[in-house]
Amino acid sequence: MNETAELVHPRESLFRPGRMPHIWCPGCGLGTMTNCLVEVLQGRADDLDRVCVVSGIGCTGRVAGYLNLDAFHTTHGRAIPFALGLKTANPELEVIVVSGEGDLAGIGGNHLIHAARRNLDITVICVNNFTYGMTGGQVSPTTHHYARTPTTPYGNTEYPFNLPWLVAAAGAVYVARWTTAHIRQLAKAMKQAIAKRGFSFVEVVAACPTNYGRRNKLGDGRAAMREFRDNSVIKQSPPLEDLSMSLGEQIIAGAFVDKERPTFDDELAALTPKEGAATQ
Amino acid sequence: MGGSIETVPAGVPVLTGEHFMLGDHACAEGALAAGCRFFAGYPITPATEIAERLAERLPTLGGACVQMEDEIASMAAILGAAWAGAKAMTATSGPGLCLMLENIGLAVMTETPCVVVDVQRGSPSTGLPTMVGQGDMMQARWGSHGSYEIIALCPNSPQEMFDLTARAFNLSERYRVPVFVMADADVGHLTERVVIPAPEGIEIVNRKAPTGPREEYQTFRPDADLVPPMARAGEGYHVFMESLTHDERGYPTMTGEAHNRLVRRLSQKIRDYVDDIIDYEERHLDDAEVAIVSYGISARIASRAVEVCRESGMRVGMLRLITAWPFPEDRVRRLASQVRGIVVPELNLGQMSLEVERCAAGAAPVVLLPHAGGGLHEPDDTVSAVEGLLR
Repeated sequence: MNETAELVHPRESLFRPGRMPHIWCPGCGLGTMTNCLVEVLQGRADDLDRVCVVSGIGCTGRVAGYLNLDAFHTTHGRAIPFALGLKTANPELEVIVVSGEGDLAGIGGNHLIHAARRNLDITVICVNNFTYGMTGGQVSPTTHHYARTPTTPYGNTEYPFNLPWLVAAAGAVYVARWTTAHIRQLAKAMKQAIAKRGFSFVEVVAACPTNYGRRNKLGDGRAAMREFRDNSVIKQSPPLEDLSMSLGEQIIAGAFVDKERPTFDDELAALTPKEGAATQ
Repeated sequence: MGGSIETVPAGVPVLTGEHFMLGDHACAEGALAAGCRFFAGYPITPATEIAERLAERLPTLGGACVQMEDEIASMAAILGAAWAGAKAMTATSGPGLCLMLENIGLAVMTETPCVVVDVQRGSPSTGLPTMVGQGDMMQARWGSHGSYEIIALCPNSPQEMFDLTARAFNLSERYRVPVFVMADADVGHLTERVVIPAPEGIEIVNRKAPTGPREEYQTFRPDADLVPPMARAGEGYHVFMESLTHDERGYPTMTGEAHNRLVRRLSQKIRDYVDDIIDYEERHLDDAEVAIVSYGISARIASRAVEVCRESGMRVGMLRLITAWPFPEDRVRRLASQVRGIVVPELNLGQMSLEVERCAAGAAPVVLLPHAGGGLHEPDDTVSAVEGLLR
């Protein structure tokens, strides 16, 4: 009997042939996040030819290259301005940026806030695992205060970014945060974010057991998922300044911002210079 | 900054006719004539007028001009636009070029056509923002990490700001490589006669599009000319643009063998076509005993020196580099075997002169006329150097 040879993974159609196995460690949240994204895309009726996925550098940066869509693996931190070029040169494209918090909020932080300010019509999925996983777990812009990393061996003396507050303040029209233990809500948020016109931001709180969990006694991947499940609270409209995360304290999850504002490409399209306009 | 007093109709991509035009504006017009429809940049002296001109012109042509948050973003944005199918450009000066180098490397690795205009000013660092320099020549060649080839052109007039910017687009489309227009503050801010041909008189080269079935398309599978056809995003080709070392499918391939194959092809696709790419102007070289090798604004000063020398009976000629990179190695080698010496005036303390020396390889002495920038050589400086070689 050779039935198993004909078994096809239900998500296979959206993965680039021959790219599995992925590079991610056991217990990493990236598989869960990617699965949610693929589920959302597979659930659509259209052929996805207009969907572009852009990633920066890092563990999350590998997502684009696994997907059988127009995929762009760019430089560290520059996924968002690359996405601006794609989207502006062809507004018909649906552009999804998937990258990590070190990439998007560290080295690429300036691009993040400016894209939100412009209300560029893209979706940014930011996987926040609190660390630079690929290089060995160094401190990131969202690493918890006091956490130990190889570059903060005595504990992190800095305070983390509160990403939903940051991007909301900069002008994002859709902002949500879910952990990888909230797969239904996460998939729904991704779907809403992609459908939303304007700058949409989904923070995905994910575990990095290998490089972050281990050093901070957070246990393995299962322990992290248990922690996300048992120690998070869903709030619909909390004060955004309350969304900071601290080690051992509750994580507030939810969809926090959903509002309307003219998008960057709407404004550009509405710009119709008068015939015969003079130029110098 | 002014310079042009004409009125430009909206929606006209090619301003055919005779103009009295600022160099930076001519650059913008050359881009538009070549089909540029996306510009991203950041204000910087002495390149800002290019962005200002395009900010007025592009929206009337269905294009977009975006002032980004910095030059890093500007460079990234034009690469994104290129993959969406647009011909795209940015313009800057030395300090901005420093920030662009990261994504210039990405453009090389991912074979993304794009044009980078560098209106050079006094350097290093913030240097002399409003004053001329030619100190970025090596930066353009080697600024991003790794071994690679780029193309760089050196305009010496507003007319060439138009012509060479248009040519830069054609070369970038043909070879899928970043092409630099290495202008300088004087050429950029000079206002002169610029003749813009009728659209049918302007050569336009477009990147090769894939021809086979979409499902068989491989993002980096080269044709016999070593250049892969380029699909645009959104058309079902499922392109895979990969910044890591990759195979022909775009898949990351972490082996020395794959790396060697890719990096060598990226260089070879340029090196095999140097005859197509390299352009220079020769004056009085047939009987020359001394040659001046120069480029950009320095070459205009040097041409006066050639006249002075010829008037006093010295057999002097000039090789003006229009293509700086790839360097015209063969021509300089032949020149060195012909002449008694070569003089290289440039607005830096020795950059292209090093290439001239390398190619002369001792066959003729090479005399650098250095200048830190902020002004130009006097023709007499060059004349004296020639006299020294003939003595």
